[in-house]
Amino acid sequence: MATRHQKTLARLMVSPSVLLLLGWMIVPLAMTLWFSFQSYNLLSPGMEQFIGWTNYQYFLSDPAFWTAMRNTLLLVGGVLVITVGGGIALALLLDQPMFGQGVVRILVIAPFFIMPTVSALVWKNMFMNPVNGLFAWFAKAVGAQPIDFLAQYPLMSIILIVSWQWLPFATLILLTALQSLDSEQMEAAEMDGAGTLAKFTHLVLPHLSRAITVVILIETIFLLSVFAEILVTTNGGPGYQSTNLTYLVYSQALLQFDVGGASAGGIIAVILANIVAIFLMRMIGKTLE
Amino acid sequence: MARNISQSRRWGFTILAWGAALVIFFPILWTILTSFKTEADAIASPPKFLFFDWTVENYAEVQSRSPYFRHFMNSVIISVGSTLLGLVLAIPAAWSMAFQPGRRTKDLLMWMLSTKMMPAAGVLIPMYLMFRSFGLLDSRLGITVVLMLINLPIIVWMLYTYFREIPSEILEAARMDGASLRNEILHVLTPMAVPGIASTLLLNVILAWNEAFWTLNLTTSKAAPLTTFIASYSSPEGLFYAKLSAASTMAIAPILILGWFSQKQLVRGLTFGAVK
Repeated sequence: MATRHQKTLARLMVSPSVLLLLGWMIVPLAMTLWFSFQSYNLLSPGMEQFIGWTNYQYFLSDPAFWTAMRNTLLLVGGVLVITVGGGIALALLLDQPMFGQGVVRILVIAPFFIMPTVSALVWKNMFMNPVNGLFAWFAKAVGAQPIDFLAQYPLMSIILIVSWQWLPFATLILLTALQSLDSEQMEAAEMDGAGTLAKFTHLVLPHLSRAITVVILIETIFLLSVFAEILVTTNGGPGYQSTNLTYLVYSQALLQFDVGGASAGGIIAVILANIVAIFLMRMIGKTLE
Repeated sequence: MARNISQSRRWGFTILAWGAALVIFFPILWTILTSFKTEADAIASPPKFLFFDWTVENYAEVQSRSPYFRHFMNSVIISVGSTLLGLVLAIPAAWSMAFQPGRRTKDLLMWMLSTKMMPAAGVLIPMYLMFRSFGLLDSRLGITVVLMLINLPIIVWMLYTYFREIPSEILEAARMDGASLRNEILHVLTPMAVPGIASTLLLNVILAWNEAFWTLNLTTSKAAPLTTFIASYSSPEGLFYAKLSAASTMAIAPILILGWFSQKQLVRGLTFGAVK
Protein backbone atom coordinates (compact mmCIF):
# COMPACT_ATOMS: atom_id res chain seq x y z
CA MET A 1 0.00 0.00 0.00
CA ALA A 2 2.74 2.39 0.95
CA THR A 3 4.58 1.90 -2.31
CA ARG A 4 1.44 2.44 -4.32
CA HIS A 5 0.83 5.62 -2.42
CA GLN A 6 4.40 6.72 -3.04
CA LYS A 7 4.15 5.97 -6.72
CA THR A 8 1.11 8.17 -7.09
CA LEU A 9 2.87 10.88 -5.16
CA ALA A 10 5.96 10.59 -7.36
CA ARG A 11 3.80 10.99 -10.41
CA LEU A 12 2.10 14.02 -8.96
CA MET A 13 5.47 15.60 -8.32
CA VAL A 14 6.75 15.05 -11.83
CA SER A 15 3.62 15.89 -13.74
CA PRO A 16 3.60 19.71 -13.52
CA SER A 17 7.01 19.95 -15.18
CA VAL A 18 6.14 17.29 -17.74
CA LEU A 19 2.80 18.83 -18.66
CA LEU A 20 4.28 22.29 -19.03
CA LEU A 21 7.12 21.09 -21.22
CA LEU A 22 4.72 18.98 -23.23
CA GLY A 23 2.56 22.02 -23.85
CA TRP A 24 5.60 24.16 -24.63
CA MET A 25 6.72 21.62 -27.15
CA ILE A 26 3.48 20.59 -28.80
CA VAL A 27 1.34 23.72 -28.98
CA PRO A 28 3.72 26.11 -30.76
CA LEU A 29 5.20 23.36 -32.89
CA ALA A 30 1.77 22.24 -34.06
CA MET A 31 0.91 25.85 -34.84
CA THR A 32 4.12 26.29 -36.83
CA LEU A 33 3.34 23.13 -38.75
CA TRP A 34 -0.20 24.39 -39.42
CA PHE A 35 0.99 27.82 -40.56
CA SER A 36 3.57 26.23 -42.83
CA PHE A 37 0.77 24.92 -45.05
CA GLN A 38 -1.05 28.24 -45.11
CA SER A 39 -0.75 31.32 -47.17
CA TYR A 40 -0.59 33.71 -44.25
CA ASN A 41 0.79 37.23 -44.29
CA LEU A 42 0.48 39.57 -41.33
CA LEU A 43 -0.06 42.48 -43.70
CA SER A 44 -3.20 40.94 -45.20
CA PRO A 45 -5.13 39.45 -42.29
CA GLY A 46 -8.19 37.36 -43.04
CA MET A 47 -6.73 36.08 -46.30
CA GLU A 48 -5.32 32.86 -44.86
CA GLN A 49 -5.85 29.75 -46.89
CA PHE A 50 -4.49 26.24 -47.22
CA ILE A 51 -1.86 26.00 -49.93
CA GLY A 52 -0.27 22.61 -49.33
CA TRP A 53 3.46 22.35 -49.89
CA THR A 54 3.81 25.69 -51.67
CA ASN A 55 5.61 27.38 -48.78
CA TYR A 56 8.14 24.57 -48.66
CA GLN A 57 8.65 24.68 -52.40
CA TYR A 58 9.06 28.42 -52.24
CA PHE A 59 11.43 28.27 -49.28
CA LEU A 60 13.55 25.43 -50.62
CA SER A 61 13.89 26.98 -54.07
CA ASP A 62 14.83 30.39 -52.66
CA PRO A 63 18.58 30.93 -53.13
CA ALA A 64 18.54 32.76 -49.79
CA PHE A 65 17.68 29.48 -48.09
CA TRP A 66 20.71 27.70 -49.51
CA THR A 67 22.93 30.63 -48.64
CA ALA A 68 21.55 30.52 -45.13
CA MET A 69 22.13 26.76 -44.94
CA ARG A 70 25.71 27.18 -46.10
CA ASN A 71 26.24 30.02 -43.61
CA THR A 72 24.73 27.99 -40.78
CA LEU A 73 27.08 25.09 -41.51
CA LEU A 74 30.10 27.35 -41.90
CA LEU A 75 29.27 29.18 -38.71
CA VAL A 76 28.79 26.01 -36.67
CA GLY A 77 31.76 24.24 -38.28
CA GLY A 78 34.10 27.23 -38.09
CA VAL A 79 33.35 27.97 -34.46
CA LEU A 80 33.67 24.30 -33.54
CA VAL A 81 37.09 23.97 -35.19
CA ILE A 82 38.38 27.14 -33.52
CA THR A 83 36.97 26.47 -30.07
CA VAL A 84 37.81 22.77 -29.86
CA GLY A 85 41.30 23.21 -31.33
CA GLY A 86 42.00 26.32 -29.29
CA GLY A 87 40.32 24.81 -26.25
CA ILE A 88 42.58 21.75 -26.28
CA ALA A 89 45.68 23.91 -26.64
CA LEU A 90 44.59 26.30 -23.88
CA ALA A 91 43.53 23.51 -21.54
CA LEU A 92 46.93 21.82 -21.96
CA LEU A 93 48.65 25.13 -21.25
CA LEU A 94 46.53 25.97 -18.21
CA ASP A 95 47.17 22.51 -16.78
CA GLN A 96 50.92 23.21 -16.54
CA PRO A 97 52.56 24.44 -13.35
CA MET A 98 52.58 28.23 -13.25
CA PHE A 99 52.18 31.26 -11.04
CA GLY A 100 48.72 32.72 -10.63
CA GLN A 101 46.82 29.82 -12.17
CA GLY A 102 43.58 30.84 -10.46
CA VAL A 103 43.67 34.35 -11.91
CA VAL A 104 44.50 33.03 -15.38
CA ARG A 105 41.48 30.73 -15.24
CA ILE A 106 39.24 33.60 -14.20
CA LEU A 107 40.47 35.77 -17.07
CA VAL A 108 40.06 32.99 -19.64
CA ILE A 109 36.51 32.02 -18.60
CA ALA A 110 35.24 35.62 -18.52
CA PRO A 111 33.97 35.97 -22.14
CA PHE A 112 31.48 33.17 -21.57
CA PHE A 113 29.56 35.35 -19.14
CA ILE A 114 29.28 38.34 -21.46
CA MET A 115 25.80 38.74 -22.92
CA PRO A 116 25.77 38.24 -26.71
CA THR A 117 24.55 41.73 -27.50
CA VAL A 118 27.40 43.29 -25.53
CA SER A 119 30.14 41.19 -27.04
CA ALA A 120 28.80 41.70 -30.55
CA LEU A 121 28.59 45.48 -30.14
CA VAL A 122 31.99 45.79 -28.50
CA TRP A 123 33.64 43.79 -31.27
CA LYS A 124 31.71 45.57 -33.99
CA ASN A 125 32.43 49.12 -32.85
CA MET A 126 35.57 49.12 -30.80
CA PHE A 127 37.57 46.52 -32.70
CA MET A 128 36.21 46.00 -36.21
CA ASN A 129 35.09 49.51 -37.05
CA PRO A 130 37.12 50.53 -40.15
CA VAL A 131 37.67 54.08 -38.90
CA ASN A 132 37.94 54.09 -35.13
CA GLY A 133 38.37 50.41 -34.30
CA LEU A 134 41.52 49.05 -32.75
CA PHE A 135 42.13 46.74 -35.70
CA ALA A 136 42.01 49.71 -38.06
CA TRP A 137 44.50 51.58 -35.91
CA PHE A 138 46.74 48.53 -35.86
CA ALA A 139 46.53 48.18 -39.64
CA LYS A 140 47.42 51.84 -40.10
CA ALA A 141 50.27 51.52 -37.59
CA VAL A 142 51.90 48.83 -39.71
CA GLY A 143 51.14 50.75 -42.90
CA ALA A 144 48.32 48.56 -44.19
CA GLN A 145 44.87 49.50 -45.42
CA PRO A 146 42.25 49.12 -42.65
CA ILE A 147 39.76 46.35 -43.36
CA ASP A 148 36.03 46.89 -43.03
CA PHE A 149 35.58 43.46 -41.44
CA LEU A 150 31.80 43.33 -41.19
CA ALA A 151 31.28 44.57 -44.75
CA GLN A 152 34.04 42.61 -46.45
CA TYR A 153 34.14 39.43 -44.38
CA PRO A 154 30.82 39.45 -42.51
CA LEU A 155 30.52 35.74 -41.82
CA MET A 156 34.16 35.35 -40.85
CA SER A 157 33.83 38.27 -38.44
CA ILE A 158 30.78 36.73 -36.81
CA ILE A 159 32.60 33.40 -36.54
CA LEU A 160 35.40 35.25 -34.76
CA ILE A 161 33.00 36.94 -32.31
CA VAL A 162 31.10 33.75 -31.54
CA SER A 163 34.33 31.77 -31.17
CA TRP A 164 35.55 34.29 -28.62
CA GLN A 165 32.37 33.64 -26.61
CA TRP A 166 32.62 29.85 -26.77
CA LEU A 167 36.37 29.27 -26.48
CA PRO A 168 36.19 29.68 -22.69
CA PHE A 169 33.45 27.07 -22.45
CA ALA A 170 35.48 24.51 -24.42
CA THR A 171 38.61 25.34 -22.44
CA LEU A 172 36.90 25.01 -19.09
CA ILE A 173 35.29 21.64 -19.91
CA LEU A 174 38.48 20.23 -21.42
CA LEU A 175 40.60 21.51 -18.53
CA THR A 176 38.25 19.85 -16.05
CA ALA A 177 38.52 16.59 -17.97
CA LEU A 178 42.29 16.93 -18.21
CA GLN A 179 42.62 17.35 -14.48
CA SER A 180 40.99 13.98 -13.91
CA LEU A 181 43.73 12.29 -15.94
CA ASP A 182 45.57 9.76 -13.85
CA SER A 183 49.01 11.21 -13.10
CA GLU A 184 50.41 7.77 -12.32
CA GLN A 185 49.58 6.65 -15.82
CA MET A 186 51.40 9.68 -17.20
CA GLU A 187 54.43 8.93 -15.07
CA ALA A 188 54.40 5.31 -16.15
CA ALA A 189 54.34 6.43 -19.77
CA GLU A 190 57.25 8.75 -19.08
CA MET A 191 59.19 5.89 -17.50
CA ASP A 192 58.61 3.86 -20.63
CA GLY A 193 60.21 6.68 -22.56
CA ALA A 194 57.10 8.02 -24.28
CA GLY A 195 57.68 11.40 -25.87
CA THR A 196 55.39 14.40 -25.49
CA LEU A 197 53.64 13.70 -28.78
CA ALA A 198 53.16 10.01 -28.02
CA LYS A 199 51.73 10.84 -24.61
CA PHE A 200 49.36 13.32 -26.20
CA THR A 201 48.03 11.03 -28.93
CA HIS A 202 47.92 7.81 -26.92
CA LEU A 203 46.98 9.02 -23.46
CA VAL A 204 45.65 12.57 -23.35
CA LEU A 205 43.53 12.61 -26.49
CA PRO A 206 41.69 9.33 -25.78
CA HIS A 207 41.06 10.55 -22.24
CA LEU A 208 39.63 13.81 -23.58
CA SER A 209 37.50 12.20 -26.29
CA ARG A 210 34.35 12.13 -24.20
CA ALA A 211 34.72 15.74 -23.10
CA ILE A 212 35.38 16.76 -26.71
CA THR A 213 32.19 15.02 -27.82
CA VAL A 214 30.24 16.80 -25.12
CA VAL A 215 31.68 20.16 -26.13
CA ILE A 216 30.93 19.59 -29.82
CA LEU A 217 27.35 18.51 -29.26
CA ILE A 218 26.43 21.16 -26.71
CA GLU A 219 28.02 23.94 -28.71
CA THR A 220 26.21 22.71 -31.81
CA ILE A 221 22.82 23.13 -30.14
CA PHE A 222 23.59 26.72 -29.25
CA LEU A 223 25.43 27.56 -32.47
CA LEU A 224 22.60 26.38 -34.70
CA SER A 225 20.53 29.22 -33.32
CA VAL A 226 23.01 32.08 -33.14
CA PHE A 227 20.89 35.20 -33.48
CA ALA A 228 21.79 38.27 -31.42
CA GLU A 229 25.34 38.44 -32.78
CA ILE A 230 23.99 38.68 -36.33
CA LEU A 231 21.15 41.06 -35.46
CA VAL A 232 23.35 43.75 -33.91
CA THR A 233 26.35 43.48 -36.22
CA THR A 234 25.31 42.87 -39.84
CA ASN A 235 21.54 42.30 -39.85
CA GLY A 236 22.35 39.26 -41.94
CA GLY A 237 24.00 41.28 -44.68
CA PRO A 238 25.43 42.49 -46.89
CA GLY A 239 22.77 40.72 -48.96
CA TYR A 240 22.43 37.33 -47.32
CA GLN A 241 26.14 36.89 -46.71
CA SER A 242 25.83 36.48 -42.95
CA THR A 243 22.26 35.20 -42.67
CA ASN A 244 21.89 31.86 -40.93
CA LEU A 245 18.75 29.77 -40.80
CA THR A 246 17.53 31.26 -37.52
CA TYR A 247 18.01 34.77 -38.79
CA LEU A 248 16.31 33.95 -42.10
CA VAL A 249 13.22 32.66 -40.31
CA TYR A 250 13.19 35.76 -38.12
CA SER A 251 13.45 38.17 -41.03
CA GLN A 252 10.88 36.28 -43.08
CA ALA A 253 8.40 36.41 -40.21
CA LEU A 254 8.97 39.65 -38.35
CA LEU A 255 10.45 41.85 -41.08
CA GLN A 256 8.57 40.57 -44.13
CA PHE A 257 5.51 39.37 -42.21
CA ASP A 258 5.35 36.15 -44.24
CA VAL A 259 4.16 33.79 -41.52
CA GLY A 260 3.58 30.86 -43.85
CA GLY A 261 6.99 30.93 -45.49
CA ALA A 262 8.79 31.54 -42.21
CA SER A 263 6.94 28.62 -40.63
CA ALA A 264 8.11 26.31 -43.38
CA GLY A 265 11.66 27.53 -42.62
CA GLY A 266 11.09 26.93 -38.93
CA ILE A 267 10.00 23.35 -39.55
CA ILE A 268 13.12 22.76 -41.65
CA ALA A 269 15.23 24.15 -38.80
CA VAL A 270 13.49 21.78 -36.39
CA ILE A 271 14.23 18.80 -38.62
CA LEU A 272 17.91 19.76 -38.88
CA ALA A 273 18.20 20.24 -35.14
CA ASN A 274 16.60 16.86 -34.55
CA ILE A 275 19.25 15.13 -36.59
CA VAL A 276 21.87 16.67 -34.31
CA ALA A 277 19.79 15.97 -31.23
CA ILE A 278 19.58 12.25 -31.90
CA PHE A 279 23.36 11.98 -31.62
CA LEU A 280 23.43 14.07 -28.48
CA MET A 281 20.70 12.13 -26.72
CA ARG A 282 22.45 8.85 -27.43
CA MET A 283 25.65 10.10 -25.94
CA ILE A 284 24.11 11.61 -22.84
CA GLY A 285 22.02 8.48 -22.39
CA LYS A 286 25.23 6.51 -22.01
CA THR A 287 26.46 8.73 -19.20
CA LEU A 288 23.31 7.96 -17.23
CA GLU A 289 24.18 4.32 -16.87
CA MET B 1 63.54 13.42 -9.48
CA ALA B 2 61.32 13.74 -12.52
CA ARG B 3 58.74 15.66 -10.50
CA ASN B 4 61.26 18.36 -9.72
CA ILE B 5 59.99 20.94 -12.14
CA SER B 6 62.60 23.46 -13.00
CA GLN B 7 61.88 27.02 -12.08
CA SER B 8 62.54 28.28 -15.59
CA ARG B 9 59.93 25.94 -17.07
CA ARG B 10 57.40 27.22 -14.60
CA TRP B 11 58.21 30.80 -15.56
CA GLY B 12 57.89 29.94 -19.22
CA PHE B 13 54.41 28.50 -18.77
CA THR B 14 53.46 31.45 -16.57
CA ILE B 15 54.37 33.94 -19.28
CA LEU B 16 52.65 31.95 -22.03
CA ALA B 17 49.47 31.39 -20.06
CA TRP B 18 49.23 34.99 -18.86
CA GLY B 19 49.79 36.17 -22.40
CA ALA B 20 46.99 34.00 -23.74
CA ALA B 21 44.68 34.95 -20.87
CA LEU B 22 45.26 38.65 -21.40
CA VAL B 23 44.55 38.38 -25.12
CA ILE B 24 41.27 36.59 -24.40
CA PHE B 25 40.31 39.00 -21.64
CA PHE B 26 41.43 42.09 -23.54
CA PRO B 27 38.06 43.04 -25.13
CA ILE B 28 36.49 43.10 -21.67
CA LEU B 29 39.37 45.04 -20.17
CA TRP B 30 39.25 47.48 -23.06
CA THR B 31 35.51 47.98 -22.60
CA ILE B 32 35.95 48.70 -18.90
CA LEU B 33 38.84 51.11 -19.55
CA THR B 34 36.95 52.91 -22.32
CA SER B 35 33.96 53.41 -20.06
CA PHE B 36 36.11 55.77 -17.97
CA LYS B 37 37.31 57.86 -20.91
CA THR B 38 35.89 60.97 -22.51
CA GLU B 39 34.42 60.35 -25.98
CA ALA B 40 37.44 62.08 -27.51
CA ASP B 41 39.89 59.86 -25.64
CA ALA B 42 37.86 56.79 -26.54
CA ILE B 43 38.61 57.18 -30.24
CA ALA B 44 42.06 58.75 -29.85
CA SER B 45 44.69 57.52 -32.26
CA PRO B 46 47.02 56.08 -31.10
CA PRO B 47 44.71 54.54 -28.50
CA LYS B 48 45.18 55.59 -24.91
CA PHE B 49 45.54 52.63 -22.60
CA LEU B 50 45.93 53.93 -19.08
CA PHE B 51 47.03 57.53 -19.33
CA PHE B 52 43.88 59.50 -19.95
CA ASP B 53 41.63 61.71 -17.86
CA TRP B 54 39.61 59.24 -15.89
CA THR B 55 35.97 60.22 -15.67
CA VAL B 56 32.74 58.64 -14.49
CA GLU B 57 30.48 60.98 -16.41
CA ASN B 58 29.57 58.26 -18.94
CA TYR B 59 27.88 56.28 -16.22
CA ALA B 60 25.80 59.28 -15.20
CA GLU B 61 25.04 59.96 -18.86
CA VAL B 62 23.83 56.42 -19.61
CA GLN B 63 21.48 56.65 -16.67
CA SER B 64 20.16 60.09 -17.60
CA ARG B 65 19.39 59.45 -21.27
CA SER B 66 17.61 56.17 -20.76
CA PRO B 67 16.12 54.46 -17.77
CA TYR B 68 19.09 52.14 -17.35
CA PHE B 69 18.01 51.20 -13.87
CA ARG B 70 14.63 50.00 -15.10
CA HIS B 71 16.27 47.67 -17.63
CA PHE B 72 18.62 46.44 -14.94
CA MET B 73 15.68 45.68 -12.66
CA ASN B 74 13.90 43.95 -15.56
CA SER B 75 16.95 41.73 -16.02
CA VAL B 76 17.00 40.91 -12.32
CA ILE B 77 13.27 40.23 -12.13
CA ILE B 78 13.19 38.15 -15.31
CA SER B 79 16.29 36.06 -14.66
CA VAL B 80 15.72 35.47 -10.95
CA GLY B 81 11.96 35.12 -11.38
CA SER B 82 12.18 32.58 -14.18
CA THR B 83 14.76 30.55 -12.26
CA LEU B 84 12.79 30.54 -8.99
CA LEU B 85 9.62 29.58 -10.85
CA GLY B 86 11.56 26.79 -12.54
CA LEU B 87 12.95 25.58 -9.21
CA VAL B 88 9.48 25.39 -7.66
CA LEU B 89 8.42 23.08 -10.49
CA ALA B 90 11.67 21.18 -10.82
CA ILE B 91 12.54 20.37 -7.21
CA PRO B 92 9.63 17.96 -6.68
CA ALA B 93 10.14 16.45 -10.12
CA ALA B 94 13.87 15.91 -9.67
CA TRP B 95 13.31 14.67 -6.14
CA SER B 96 10.94 11.94 -7.19
CA MET B 97 13.04 10.99 -10.21
CA ALA B 98 16.16 10.66 -8.08
CA PHE B 99 14.61 8.74 -5.19
CA GLN B 100 11.63 6.97 -6.73
CA PRO B 101 12.94 6.14 -10.18
CA GLY B 102 10.48 4.20 -12.27
CA ARG B 103 10.94 2.27 -15.46
CA ARG B 104 10.38 5.35 -17.54
CA THR B 105 12.35 7.88 -15.51
CA LYS B 106 15.35 7.78 -17.78
CA ASP B 107 13.23 8.22 -20.91
CA LEU B 108 11.42 11.08 -19.25
CA LEU B 109 14.68 12.85 -18.46
CA MET B 110 15.90 12.36 -22.00
CA TRP B 111 12.67 13.66 -23.40
CA MET B 112 12.85 16.76 -21.20
CA LEU B 113 16.32 17.45 -22.49
CA SER B 114 15.19 16.96 -26.05
CA THR B 115 12.74 19.86 -25.70
CA LYS B 116 15.80 22.03 -25.15
CA MET B 117 17.00 21.13 -28.61
CA MET B 118 14.00 22.50 -30.39
CA PRO B 119 15.38 25.50 -32.28
CA ALA B 120 13.82 28.77 -31.23
CA ALA B 121 13.23 29.67 -34.89
CA GLY B 122 10.79 26.76 -35.13
CA VAL B 123 8.43 28.21 -32.56
CA LEU B 124 9.13 31.93 -32.83
CA ILE B 125 6.10 32.70 -34.98
CA PRO B 126 3.35 31.06 -32.91
CA MET B 127 4.92 32.42 -29.72
CA TYR B 128 4.99 35.90 -31.19
CA LEU B 129 1.39 35.67 -32.44
CA MET B 130 0.12 34.20 -29.16
CA PHE B 131 1.95 36.86 -27.18
CA ARG B 132 0.44 39.49 -29.42
CA SER B 133 -3.12 38.28 -29.06
CA PHE B 134 -2.83 37.84 -25.28
CA GLY B 135 -1.20 41.25 -24.89
CA LEU B 136 1.96 39.65 -23.49
CA LEU B 137 4.39 41.32 -25.88
CA ASP B 138 6.81 43.47 -23.94
CA SER B 139 5.52 42.20 -20.60
CA ARG B 140 7.75 40.91 -17.84
CA LEU B 141 5.33 38.12 -17.05
CA GLY B 142 5.41 36.75 -20.59
CA ILE B 143 9.17 36.74 -21.03
CA THR B 144 9.67 35.31 -17.52
CA VAL B 145 7.44 32.35 -18.32
CA VAL B 146 9.19 31.70 -21.64
CA LEU B 147 12.65 31.78 -20.06
CA MET B 148 11.41 29.49 -17.32
CA LEU B 149 10.24 26.97 -19.91
CA ILE B 150 13.52 27.20 -21.79
CA ASN B 151 15.60 26.55 -18.71
CA LEU B 152 13.29 24.06 -16.99
CA PRO B 153 14.96 20.99 -18.57
CA ILE B 154 18.39 22.18 -17.44
CA ILE B 155 17.08 22.92 -13.95
CA VAL B 156 15.50 19.46 -13.65
CA TRP B 157 18.64 17.79 -14.96
CA MET B 158 21.04 19.68 -12.72
CA LEU B 159 18.94 19.05 -9.64
CA TYR B 160 18.60 15.40 -10.62
CA THR B 161 22.37 14.92 -10.86
CA TYR B 162 22.82 16.59 -7.47
CA PHE B 163 19.98 14.73 -5.76
CA ARG B 164 21.20 11.42 -7.11
CA GLU B 165 24.38 11.84 -5.08
CA ILE B 166 22.47 12.04 -1.82
CA PRO B 167 22.61 8.53 -0.33
CA SER B 168 19.08 7.19 -0.23
CA GLU B 169 19.90 5.15 2.90
CA ILE B 170 19.71 8.37 4.85
CA LEU B 171 16.17 8.89 3.65
CA GLU B 172 15.27 5.32 4.48
CA ALA B 173 16.72 5.69 7.95
CA ALA B 174 14.63 8.80 8.47
CA ARG B 175 11.57 6.94 7.22
CA MET B 176 12.26 4.08 9.66
CA ASP B 177 12.33 6.60 12.44
CA GLY B 178 8.82 7.49 11.41
CA ALA B 179 9.52 10.80 9.76
CA SER B 180 6.64 11.99 7.62
CA LEU B 181 7.24 12.98 4.04
CA ARG B 182 7.10 16.60 5.03
CA ASN B 183 9.71 16.14 7.71
CA GLU B 184 11.78 14.02 5.39
CA ILE B 185 11.95 16.81 2.88
CA LEU B 186 12.29 19.61 5.38
CA HIS B 187 14.85 18.23 7.79
CA VAL B 188 16.73 15.53 5.91
CA LEU B 189 16.70 16.30 2.24
CA THR B 190 16.76 20.08 2.23
CA PRO B 191 20.00 20.59 4.18
CA MET B 192 21.78 18.09 1.94
CA ALA B 193 20.28 19.46 -1.22
CA VAL B 194 20.85 23.17 -0.60
CA PRO B 195 24.32 23.35 -2.19
CA GLY B 196 23.00 21.67 -5.35
CA ILE B 197 19.97 23.92 -5.47
CA ALA B 198 22.15 26.97 -4.96
CA SER B 199 24.43 26.11 -7.87
CA THR B 200 21.46 25.33 -10.06
CA LEU B 201 20.01 28.72 -9.18
CA LEU B 202 23.27 30.50 -9.91
CA LEU B 203 23.89 28.89 -13.29
CA ASN B 204 20.34 29.38 -14.50
CA VAL B 205 20.23 33.01 -13.45
CA ILE B 206 23.35 33.51 -15.57
CA LEU B 207 21.81 31.71 -18.54
CA ALA B 208 18.57 33.67 -18.27
CA TRP B 209 20.41 36.98 -17.81
CA ASN B 210 22.30 36.48 -21.07
CA GLU B 211 19.47 34.93 -23.08
CA ALA B 212 19.23 36.95 -26.27
CA PHE B 213 16.75 35.38 -28.64
CA TRP B 214 13.45 35.55 -26.84
CA THR B 215 14.28 38.72 -24.95
CA LEU B 216 15.13 40.48 -28.23
CA ASN B 217 12.02 39.21 -30.01
CA LEU B 218 9.41 39.47 -27.28
CA THR B 219 10.39 42.67 -25.46
CA THR B 220 10.92 46.16 -26.80
CA SER B 221 11.00 48.81 -24.09
CA LYS B 222 8.80 48.53 -21.01
CA ALA B 223 9.84 44.99 -20.08
CA ALA B 224 13.16 45.07 -21.92
CA PRO B 225 16.05 43.54 -19.99
CA LEU B 226 19.66 44.62 -20.51
CA THR B 227 20.15 42.41 -23.59
CA THR B 228 17.50 44.37 -25.48
CA PHE B 229 18.62 47.68 -23.99
CA ILE B 230 22.20 47.15 -25.18
CA ALA B 231 20.99 46.07 -28.62
CA SER B 232 19.42 49.52 -28.94
CA TYR B 233 22.97 50.91 -28.93
CA SER B 234 23.46 49.08 -32.20
CA SER B 235 23.38 52.28 -34.19
CA PRO B 236 24.13 55.09 -34.29
CA GLU B 237 24.64 55.47 -30.56
CA GLY B 238 27.18 52.65 -30.69
CA LEU B 239 29.58 55.13 -32.19
CA PHE B 240 29.77 56.84 -28.82
CA TYR B 241 32.29 54.34 -27.55
CA ALA B 242 32.61 55.64 -24.02
CA LYS B 243 28.88 55.56 -23.38
CA LEU B 244 28.49 52.19 -25.08
CA SER B 245 31.29 50.91 -22.85
CA ALA B 246 29.74 52.29 -19.69
CA ALA B 247 26.38 50.73 -20.51
CA SER B 248 28.07 47.44 -21.40
CA THR B 249 30.17 47.38 -18.26
CA MET B 250 27.10 47.87 -16.11
CA ALA B 251 25.29 45.13 -18.00
CA ILE B 252 28.01 42.53 -17.63
CA ALA B 253 29.53 43.32 -14.23
CA PRO B 254 26.98 41.59 -11.99
CA ILE B 255 26.92 38.40 -14.01
CA LEU B 256 30.68 38.32 -14.50
CA ILE B 257 31.10 38.31 -10.74
CA LEU B 258 28.41 35.67 -10.23
CA GLY B 259 29.92 33.63 -13.03
CA TRP B 260 33.35 33.52 -11.47
CA PHE B 261 31.80 31.93 -8.41
CA SER B 262 30.06 29.28 -10.46
CA GLN B 263 32.91 27.92 -12.61
CA LYS B 264 32.74 24.40 -11.21
CA GLN B 265 28.97 24.13 -11.38
CA LEU B 266 29.10 25.48 -14.89
CA VAL B 267 31.03 22.49 -16.20
CA ARG B 268 28.84 20.01 -14.45
CA GLY B 269 25.58 21.77 -15.20
CA LEU B 270 26.13 22.43 -18.86
CA THR B 271 27.39 18.94 -19.58
CA PHE B 272 24.49 17.38 -17.68
CA GLY B 273 26.88 15.59 -15.38
CA ALA B 274 28.89 14.03 -18.21
CA VAL B 275 32.03 15.94 -17.21
CA LYS B 276 32.73 16.67 -13.56
